[in-house]
Amino acid sequence: MGSSGAPASMLNRQLLLVTGKGGVGKSTVASALALLGAAAGKRVLACEFDAKGDLLASLRGAGTGSNTPLTFEPRQLQPHLWAMAMDPEASLKEYLRLNLRIPLVTRIGALSTAFDFLANAAPGVREIVTIGKVAYEVRERHFDLVVVDATATGHIIGLLRAPQAINELVGVGMIRGQTAWMLDILNDPARTGLVVTSTAEEMPVSETIELLQNIRVQTGVSVAAVVANRVLPELFTVDGEKVFDRVRAGTGAARLGELVGGVDVARRLLDAAQLSTDLRRTRAVHLQRLVDAIGPTPMAVVPQLFEVEPGLDTTRAVAAHLAEELNL
Amino acid sequence: MARRSSSADATVDSIDSIASALEHKSVVICCGAGGVGKTTIAAAFGDVARRRTGGRVLVLTIDPAKRLANALGLESVGNVERRINNSDDAGGELWVAMLDTSSSWDDLVRAHAPDPATATKILANPLYRNITERFVQSHDYIAMERLYELRASGRFDLIVIDTPPSRHALDFLDAPERMADFFSSKLLRWITMPYRLGGERAGRLGYLAAKPFYQVADRILGSQFLADIAEFFLLFQSMYDGFVTRARAVTELLRDPATAFVVVSSLEPAPLHEAEFFMQELERRGHHLGALVFNRVLPDDFRDARARAGATRVITASAVERKRLGSVDENRVFANVAESFLRFAALADHEQAQRRRLAHRPATMVSIPLQDHDITDLPSLSLLGDLLWPPAGRVVPLGRARNARSKPAS
Repeated sequence: MGSSGAPASMLNRQLLLVTGKGGVGKSTVASALALLGAAAGKRVLACEFDAKGDLLASLRGAGTGSNTPLTFEPRQLQPHLWAMAMDPEASLKEYLRLNLRIPLVTRIGALSTAFDFLANAAPGVREIVTIGKVAYEVRERHFDLVVVDATATGHIIGLLRAPQAINELVGVGMIRGQTAWMLDILNDPARTGLVVTSTAEEMPVSETIELLQNIRVQTGVSVAAVVANRVLPELFTVDGEKVFDRVRAGTGAARLGELVGGVDVARRLLDAAQLSTDLRRTRAVHLQRLVDAIGPTPMAVVPQLFEVEPGLDTTRAVAAHLAEELNL
Repeated sequence: MARRSSSADATVDSIDSIASALEHKSVVICCGAGGVGKTTIAAAFGDVARRRTGGRVLVLTIDPAKRLANALGLESVGNVERRINNSDDAGGELWVAMLDTSSSWDDLVRAHAPDPATATKILANPLYRNITERFVQSHDYIAMERLYELRASGRFDLIVIDTPPSRHALDFLDAPERMADFFSSKLLRWITMPYRLGGERAGRLGYLAAKPFYQVADRILGSQFLADIAEFFLLFQSMYDGFVTRARAVTELLRDPATAFVVVSSLEPAPLHEAEFFMQELERRGHHLGALVFNRVLPDDFRDARARAGATRVITASAVERKRLGSVDENRVFANVAESFLRFAALADHEQAQRRRLAHRPATMVSIPLQDHDITDLPSLSLLGDLLWPPAGRVVPLGRARNARSKPAS
């Protein structure tokens, strides 16, 4: 799948937000991009938004590295690579400490109560302190590249729209004053890109197509790439498939049965191959729908790797495919 | 391995287990990680429950994705419940609806506002639109509210509800209580205080107590925005009694013995981890776990020892054996078949290992094999339902008294 006409490597942007429907391998793709950035000599911060631990799992070598969950304070995992977990409350705390210049604890007893209140009562506060934190890291250039394992497709628009929404709702005040620079960063295609991950299955593809439309209409964020993940490899060549159909319908099972210890065993093997090709065929339709819908947006196809556990090895393999497909 | 799986493919841990898990239930809540096929399972479950019990069943989806419509072969499913024509003669009625958050909120405001004028004011408030549409946490509460409403209407024998992905499904469990807490909260009283004081004197003391909080909130949000928020919540507070009473009732409904949770997961590490987390939470909160459904499990054939040995045999075959097997082209195809089998076999092993590792094992666990086709019409949904609840399962009574049937919906 070509990426001709694509701008310079998307690793040159400063903020990559990786989204996608649950279960499509968002964290692996985000980790792979972080590894590629680090390999290119950049100082990279990988940030997990929903604190499920998937990001750490895909950046940890088998049996190596700390199992301690990521925290709001970035931790170095590899040379050039740091990782953190988003915590909206901690983010608000940091923001207030930097901006109010007063020891907060002395002013209001429990910040968490106040945070709960703010987050529930004032629309967008939770979103703005989340997206604001990564925008802040970009603005301050603490890192060359921030890769975010962001929220699932259903919630990413609300997150990306938060600064705009606050702008529309709030006349003055500190938060209002903060939205302009955030929008500058988020809406600048040279600095920020969205990476939408999907699998070649019905719902992930439908959600991806819908998301791409909504992104265009409702936000100013540029889509850097679409990743079709876990695409089943073609089992046979076109000619091979004809041969397969012939042996399956004809005497193939009997001949295979002699070698493998019974026709029933041979049938099982052939049926399994049929399942695999049927799956592949069902999914090819969805992959094509995706290709048709994305237009000139660069797209990477990452094959199903038959990995059993997420981990650094799998992530490296995905990174190699991404690098090749997207010219990174 | 049948191309269209037959009921023999599903592993039901005891023959009528999913049926007994449903006995005397009137609400089934499907939850689990994103991407595990929750909505499809909910729809299939609703349909098979109709066929097995002859009852009137509603499938309500909250996930804004359109999977429910796709699974039924429909263009769309709307906020209002609609009947799906039976494609068989099993009896019962299948109804579906997809929650539309903003129109449900509007209905709720009209129902709870003290008078139409207040309702109009609330509906016209810009903050109201933002809270109910853009910032979707309100989804969770409104879903629970809708569930309560439907249950109370007595129109359905069984309501199967599909939830957003599980971290959010926890929000969804907490939503009614949070809403009640919110309306009763001291902070809400603080923030609205300066705006609702009749006489200066009355609130002076309280205002002073709230002042530090107020200054901080003011600096962050700006006083105009704060005033907007306060006005909105003052209006909203006119609905206080209605909301709090309702939120408590919804909380009770979730703990009701007639409400069961069905946790759906694939056998991949991350979704399974979430399923376990969720099951623990359900237990801790005193909810009733009905069943754990493993979806898209690789068929048992991949774990068959003879088939594995056979596949290995193909790969290690001698030149003489290959010659006997067929042409060069055919040999290449057989080698592809064997290699593919062993790759999937390794995945199948891993799935079983995941399953064995599960610390929290509910009484009822059902495995649904990976389907080679999308579920996009009622017949294929029925096949899936048969796997979930095989025809041999005995007929069980649903939770609601059948007299509700005499009140047909719309």
